[in-house]
Amino acid sequence: MSAPSPNGAAAGAAALVELRNTTRWYGNVVAVNDISMTLGPGVTGLLGPNGAGKSTLLHMISGFLEPSRGTVTIGGVAPWRNADIFRTVGLVPERDSVYAFLTAREFVTASAKLHKLPDPTAAADRALNMVELTESADRPIDTYSKGMRQRAKVAAALVHDPHVLLLDEPFNGMDPRQRLHMMDLLRGLGRSGRTILFSSHILEEVERLADTVQVVVAGRLAASGDYRSIRRLMTNRPHVFVVRTTDDRTLAKALIASQAVQGVALTTTGLEVHASDHGTFTRQLAGVSREAGVGLREVIPADESLESVFAYLVGA
Amino acid sequence: MFNPTIAGITLRALLGRKRVFLLAIPGAVLLIITIALKADHNASTSWPAEVLGRVGFSALLPLTALIVGTSVLGAEIDDSSILHLLATPVSRASIIFTKTLIAAAVTLLFAALPEFVAGVIATGKAGSFAVGLGVGAVLGSIVYTAVFVLISTITRHPVAFALAYVAVWEGLVTNLVSGAKYLSVEQYSLGLANAIAKNGALDAHLTATTAVILAAIATAAAVSYAGTRLRSFRLTGDA
Repeated sequence: MSAPSPNGAAAGAAALVELRNTTRWYGNVVAVNDISMTLGPGVTGLLGPNGAGKSTLLHMISGFLEPSRGTVTIGGVAPWRNADIFRTVGLVPERDSVYAFLTAREFVTASAKLHKLPDPTAAADRALNMVELTESADRPIDTYSKGMRQRAKVAAALVHDPHVLLLDEPFNGMDPRQRLHMMDLLRGLGRSGRTILFSSHILEEVERLADTVQVVVAGRLAASGDYRSIRRLMTNRPHVFVVRTTDDRTLAKALIASQAVQGVALTTTGLEVHASDHGTFTRQLAGVSREAGVGLREVIPADESLESVFAYLVGA
Repeated sequence: MFNPTIAGITLRALLGRKRVFLLAIPGAVLLIITIALKADHNASTSWPAEVLGRVGFSALLPLTALIVGTSVLGAEIDDSSILHLLATPVSRASIIFTKTLIAAAVTLLFAALPEFVAGVIATGKAGSFAVGLGVGAVLGSIVYTAVFVLISTITRHPVAFALAYVAVWEGLVTNLVSGAKYLSVEQYSLGLANAIAKNGALDAHLTATTAVILAAIATAAAVSYAGTRLRSFRLTGDA
């Protein structure tokens, strides 16, 4: 598996994806709200909960949707109504729709022919080899697992060796081994100077693969940049726990003295604790309870959902 | 303009599924009706023109073209597989032209050919009547498929809209409003068929020249506008 690298400054310029105050609305619903970003070579993760606007952004970048306001350009050229953009762009759509009656080899070779490559067969072989689908390439796609279909789609998108590769939820349906292989492939493509943009709603996927992250929540760019700093922001955010004990009121009194606790509330479901430091609070809780003579029955993190993490980032 | 790769994929999608049996049904029904009537009627009566003109041009031809025309593009737009063609630098006009050509050829096979064969069976010879029916149906195959491919680029429910078009416009309005004949694919087909068959029972209201010119304009306009529509293809739905 190898990723040939595009050479020269021209390739670098062609790999530049720019959004300037990009907005897209449907009637009264704003799907993407005033987003600006510049994506260069490397792997960028487009992270956000379902319905956040990730697909709308990818559709605008790939030229399948025009911005209601603002601009989208790839290599300085607007992709909307511009089929020529696909000479330098590869797209892996989220929808699991392929010409299932074709074999993967036929499918990828067809893609190579549509790109008018000088040797479509060799280009298809190279792309199938990159996604490790060579052995199954002569089977009809409708006999494939979802992960294999996904790899066939990636091979078709890579066949013309694009400067920019856009992938919408590429890891859906892949088993862990396929997932790791695809991550290696995309990482290699990113290192070789291509701009790789993939969307995901799974933090761990983005964490393992992306050099930079664009977090989109409710159509807005909630955070942008290096993943580690965003992760730190996520880890250091206030956490809410519901604690059920033998004596909520006594434990509330003991907890409020801790620096790791911002506030407590007595509720019908138990003691609601707002911790400013996740690690310190969880380490201290058992000891504080013991010292206060209170028995712990249940400790439930109340805001661990991805949506709550993203909601925090919007406000951060 | 013609793209052999797109043509190959489109043909395999059309004929490689169970749809091929569905496509063969209208033509088979026409042939069965013709054989039954032939066995039961004297050849000197006007039934061949009435039945093959009426059933052939107002039912067999549009329904076959509807199934084919909406399948070559509408089905791919519906399941998003069209994205694999659109995510390439191939011009949208080329995609439309190729798909319309394939759709017209398949409609010709499953509608115009049975129409010609039915004409031969009905009259007992491959004379001007059978040839007229066949040539008229070829013209209809081309225009109808161009219209149905266009409808596929306009709405996400092409079958419903195409059925409404056939039933309301071709079936009702053109029979009630005389001026509507200039915008009727059925009348283009009948006009050309009658010019060759010279059979008044075909109920044609246009001359061959008018029919061919109007059919050419309608086809060119439909293909051109469908290309423009596909150029502005939008992916919507998932946020």
